[in-house]
Amino acid sequence: MKFSLEVWRQPAGDAAGTFTSYEVDEISPDSSFLEMLDILNERLTESGGEPIAFDSDCREGICGMCSLVIDGQAHGPQRATTTCQLYMRQFDDGAQITIEPFRSGAFPVVRDLVVDRSAFDRILRAGGYVTVHSGPKPDPNDIPVEPEVAEKAIDAACCIGCGACVAACPNGAAMLYTAAKVSHLALLPQGQPERFARVQRMTEQMQKEGFGSCRNYGECEAQCPKAISIDFIGRMNRDLLRAKVTQPIDFRGDMKTQ
Amino acid sequence: MDLDAKIPDGPIAQKWTQHKDAIRLVGPRNRPHYRVIVVGTGLAGASAASSMAAMGYQVECFCFQDSPRRAHSIAAQGGINASKNYRNDGDSTFRLFSDTQKGGDYRSREANVWRLAELSTAIIDQAVAQGVPFAREYGGMLANRSFGGVLVERTFYCRGETGQQLLLGANSALAREIGAGHVKMHTRTEFLDLVVADGRARGIVVRDLVTGAISSYAADAVVLASGGYTNVFNLSTNARGCNVTATWRAHKRGAGFANPCYVQIHPTGIPAAGEHQSKLTLMSESLRNDARIWVPKQKHDTRAPGEIPEAERYYYLEERYPRFGNLVPRDVASRNAKDVCDAGLGVGPTGFGVYLDFRDAIAENGIETIDERYGNIFDMYNRITAEDPRETPMRIYPAPHYAMGGLWVDYDLMTTLPGLFAIGEANFSDHGANRLGASSMMQCLADGYFVLPITIGDYLSRHPYGEMDTSHAAFGDTEREVGERISKLLSTTGTKPVDAFHRELGSLMMDECGITRNEAGLRNAIEKIPELRERFWREVRVPGSGASFNQSLEQAGRLADFLEFAELMCHDALDRDESCGCHFREEHQTEDGETLRNDEDFAHVSVWEHNAVGTEPTLHKEPLEFEALPLAQRNYKT
Ligand SMILES: Cc1cc2nc3c(=O)[nH]c(=O)nc-3n(C[C@H](O)[C@H](O)[C@H](O)COP(=O)(O)OP(=O)(O)OC[C@H]3O[C@@H](n4cnc5c(N)ncnc54)[C@H](O)[C@@H]3O)c2cc1C
Ligand code: FES
Repeated sequence: MKFSLEVWRQPAGDAAGTFTSYEVDEISPDSSFLEMLDILNERLTESGGEPIAFDSDCREGICGMCSLVIDGQAHGPQRATTTCQLYMRQFDDGAQITIEPFRSGAFPVVRDLVVDRSAFDRILRAGGYVTVHSGPKPDPNDIPVEPEVAEKAIDAACCIGCGACVAACPNGAAMLYTAAKVSHLALLPQGQPERFARVQRMTEQMQKEGFGSCRNYGECEAQCPKAISIDFIGRMNRDLLRAKVTQPIDFRGDMKTQ
Repeated sequence: MDLDAKIPDGPIAQKWTQHKDAIRLVGPRNRPHYRVIVVGTGLAGASAASSMAAMGYQVECFCFQDSPRRAHSIAAQGGINASKNYRNDGDSTFRLFSDTQKGGDYRSREANVWRLAELSTAIIDQAVAQGVPFAREYGGMLANRSFGGVLVERTFYCRGETGQQLLLGANSALAREIGAGHVKMHTRTEFLDLVVADGRARGIVVRDLVTGAISSYAADAVVLASGGYTNVFNLSTNARGCNVTATWRAHKRGAGFANPCYVQIHPTGIPAAGEHQSKLTLMSESLRNDARIWVPKQKHDTRAPGEIPEAERYYYLEERYPRFGNLVPRDVASRNAKDVCDAGLGVGPTGFGVYLDFRDAIAENGIETIDERYGNIFDMYNRITAEDPRETPMRIYPAPHYAMGGLWVDYDLMTTLPGLFAIGEANFSDHGANRLGASSMMQCLADGYFVLPITIGDYLSRHPYGEMDTSHAAFGDTEREVGERISKLLSTTGTKPVDAFHRELGSLMMDECGITRNEAGLRNAIEKIPELRERFWREVRVPGSGASFNQSLEQAGRLADFLEFAELMCHDALDRDESCGCHFREEHQTEDGETLRNDEDFAHVSVWEHNAVGTEPTLHKEPLEFEALPLAQRNYKT
């Protein structure tokens, strides 16, 4: 197969970027999208050029390292699929394909198609855990969990933290990510003691990071490679409301010490 | 090289408890003065870093990905073992111990394996307390499945993504400690060398992958949790970034490397489709619980699988191993797949594939039940191959998967270099010559949550804290060497991309040091690898500069290390003139084509000492003793 690519090139975070055109041919329909880019990069290297920087690691849709906005869609046109799991047979032979980084004010470009998603980790650090030390714990069967609850928790916990929801959202909101993290623990008995503090701390951090607010576009769910449901956002908002009424945290102190 | 494993005295079941009672500890007031470096944020690194930080140590933690959550552990699918005996099917610490010993073909240290089995149940408790959503039964109790090669159901799982959920659990604990300021996290930072002074590990030299800056960190102890080296085969089930760099460079600084030839080739990978392929995708081993494996009886049969009548199908595992059938251990399954494909019975475009068929399981249990168990794996397969396993059998072929070898460690998980510890897949410790399914995550988390945080105290307490900082000459010297190596890579004047050499190395290793090995092949590889290495340095092109984000440079550095390490692997495979577990030397097999161990000459851990690149390494041996479980030949036939 043969493709015309329009690829975002930007030598460094503080440098200007631009689209560059590349032609790639002799691509097997059984190549993944990233393998197609690997081939292009090998050819660029051989011909004295600079390969295109892009992130990936597991190449099986679970680490959340790969990204890319392909023809305007985070992770490309196939639903519930990461870029590394997208195969060229999904495209027409001869197609023109535009490739950009995940764009968002909170995800600065590092180089070419690579962005800095560390804001997600900072949201997690603000409260995305159960406070337990390593050591003896009760037997898990002492606290039964209905299988439906465990399943629902995994529906949220299967978030791979890739940032597609942010890239997809016209407002650059990180609501789906944060809601998935909050809901996973809020659903389980182990997450209850810190439930209302957690939701406040994580949403507070989300705002500090400069993510936009949610206007119910629903693009996050549509472009999420794990098809995480937007219902979790509603669930998080309900928890947040309840938390602010019953156990409000005053973040003004935090601000002063910064 | 001092190979005192420091195995505690006493009956095997009491060793760990007595050891914990006997070793020195660092008191809570002193812990904040000690600094520990942890390289890696997989299950081993994240659990160790968070546990030590929660105890009060200052931890500096490193990973090359952009977030600690992305470590390769995230990709583990099938599950994690623990001898909870929830199924009342006769499981116990002893059984998990003996399964692991037998599975490893009696090539691991009994005391370590026992401790692993003993700690297994606490891992499940710990993970559940963190909010890991393991599968539950209708009554709300934890569910179990059975996993390759054992006769009890002791595997805990979260759909097909147990690794992701366990790592998110460990990572949440790590996140808490980072947030609290107890762990300083360095993402996109690559370990490039170990700093050694007065015979002890003192710190590390790293490269910031975004800016290219090279810098040093000093610490009172260094922990490598950097994962396995299976990408020496280029195509493997491991994430693209998995590398040998951290353990190899530590080895070059004096840490003994144990059993490098032990690599597990997993029986259920999706066969490679062509040259372009960048990795092999694993289809979970749990599939073998319900699927039947077969090939056509007729050679080079080109009929579609559905058109091949029952009588013309060769269910080779069921016929050859009636008791375990499709659930034989991984090495047995892999070798048999290679065997039938070498005999011309293989399927698919390359002829290197066998069928994994759900037809009968669907007929028996209904599509819903099977979909519930494997739906997401079927979808993954379908996405990659454009074939639906619900309708046509999957094609599978063995894929390099897991490294049993690694840095040699004693009972306290310390390497031969004082102050340098290795945990998780990076060490050699618990799986002998073959790892059982669902046992790696168990080992990573046992090491990280429960063993290292205690044993490291014994070393730390013997030395004052903050003894050395980065102003010591050893840091400057090491940094300079790292810088010179990078300049050398960047000043190569060839035209070939790094991947071209990785493919060459991978296919050489697969041919000569893969599923089966023999003396002539290994000698051939030992001759070819230095040639390839030399060509690499002459013909490679590493574009870009060292002072910026440069993925070609990262890859080149990792491959340069693989090109040195591969030679050691072949030396080890050649020296181990027996077959055991995954190490199948064609010269040593039973009449039925099974591994034939030689306990008289090879019941030891082979520990290699580095001399200089291109010269023969020196072999040291740690003898293995078998008291709790006497040596016996493995037998999966009856
Ligand atoms: C597809 C697949 C499925 C599997 N399924 C199972 C299963 O079902 N059950 C099971 O028990 N096991 C399974 N395994 C094996 C298991 O996942 C691994 O053995 C285990 O996760 C290794 O964990 P680790 O913490 O030792 O290392 P890893 O998770 O590999 O982490 C390595 C860490 O080290 C860092 N690192 C490495 N090199 C450097 C460097 N030079 N500089 C800085 N940082 C570095 C990385 O950034 C990373 O954080 C599976 C493996 C694969 C590939
Ligand atoms: S590379 Fe891991 S999800 Fe795509």
